[in-house]
Amino acid sequence: MFHIYCPHCAEYREEEEFHAKGQAHIARPLDPEACSDKEWGEYLFFRKNPRGLHHELWVHAAGCRKFFNMTRDTQTYEIKEVYKIGEQPSVVAE
Amino acid sequence: MSDLNVMTPEESAATKAAVMNQVPGPEVEGQSPLHHADLESLAQQGPKSGGVHLRELKLLGHLTLRCNAENAEQLAAVERVLGVALPLQPLTSAENGAYSIRWMSPDEWLILVPGLETFDIETRFRDEMPGHYSLVNSSGGSTVLELSGENALEVLMKSTPVDLHPKVFPVGKVVSTVFAKSGAIIRRSGEQRYELIIRRSFADYIWLWLQDASREYGLVVEA
Repeated sequence: MFHIYCPHCAEYREEEEFHAKGQAHIARPLDPEACSDKEWGEYLFFRKNPRGLHHELWVHAAGCRKFFNMTRDTQTYEIKEVYKIGEQPSVVAE
Repeated sequence: MSDLNVMTPEESAATKAAVMNQVPGPEVEGQSPLHHADLESLAQQGPKSGGVHLRELKLLGHLTLRCNAENAEQLAAVERVLGVALPLQPLTSAENGAYSIRWMSPDEWLILVPGLETFDIETRFRDEMPGHYSLVNSSGGSTVLELSGENALEVLMKSTPVDLHPKVFPVGKVVSTVFAKSGAIIRRSGEQRYELIIRRSFADYIWLWLQDASREYGLVVEA
């Protein structure tokens, strides 16, 4: 079980209260009409699956119901940091 | 957060659309989600002493307020209506007599008021609140159970993963969390007193769960 710090509630809660929502920082193309099928398909369907540092979107579903980002090591399961939507991670892979 | 819909106080006061009195008056008998459990009879017939006391605070007005915590005018308006400021610190609550406000998220609060005052208070919010906000009467969707007694804490500890140790859960703290495979908003309202706000559709299940969980301590139903 993860023990996750919610940056909005400002305390640690059990993983049971959260849902993982996949990869974070996926920018929607500014002009979808101008995308090729390949670009649009990659935006919609293709996700990273790294062994190591991964930036993820989580939601505090049973708590404040706010989304936030988490940097997590997929190999050791260590949570490196959590940060709010709109902020940039300070821990990034080399 | 920005105010997307900037209205003058006059304009917002005029916005009375979709405001209706949802709570029956005193002449209409309201039924709480635990009406079928007949807690009044249980309170009379059941045991009078035990480690856990349970009481339903029924038919209260539940108002969900969403507004901008950085908008000083909105904060002032809430204080004018309820006589108490919105709690801005996460997981805290504020009280003024029969009115209580719970912090739910950085831009959301749950306000509990006496049931028959709900419409008056909602109307005063429409008159006072400036700018972009939302106030929804969600009274019908939930009910409040009050657990007290020396073993109330143990019953809660069986039911939720939240750390309820008095060191980290002082009187007045509010958490929204998972509770007995359902959800609840838990507030510590006294040294040995906790309030659970539970969903209407889970009320019967939680009532059964609490009876089971408090069996070893002795459950006293109060009405």
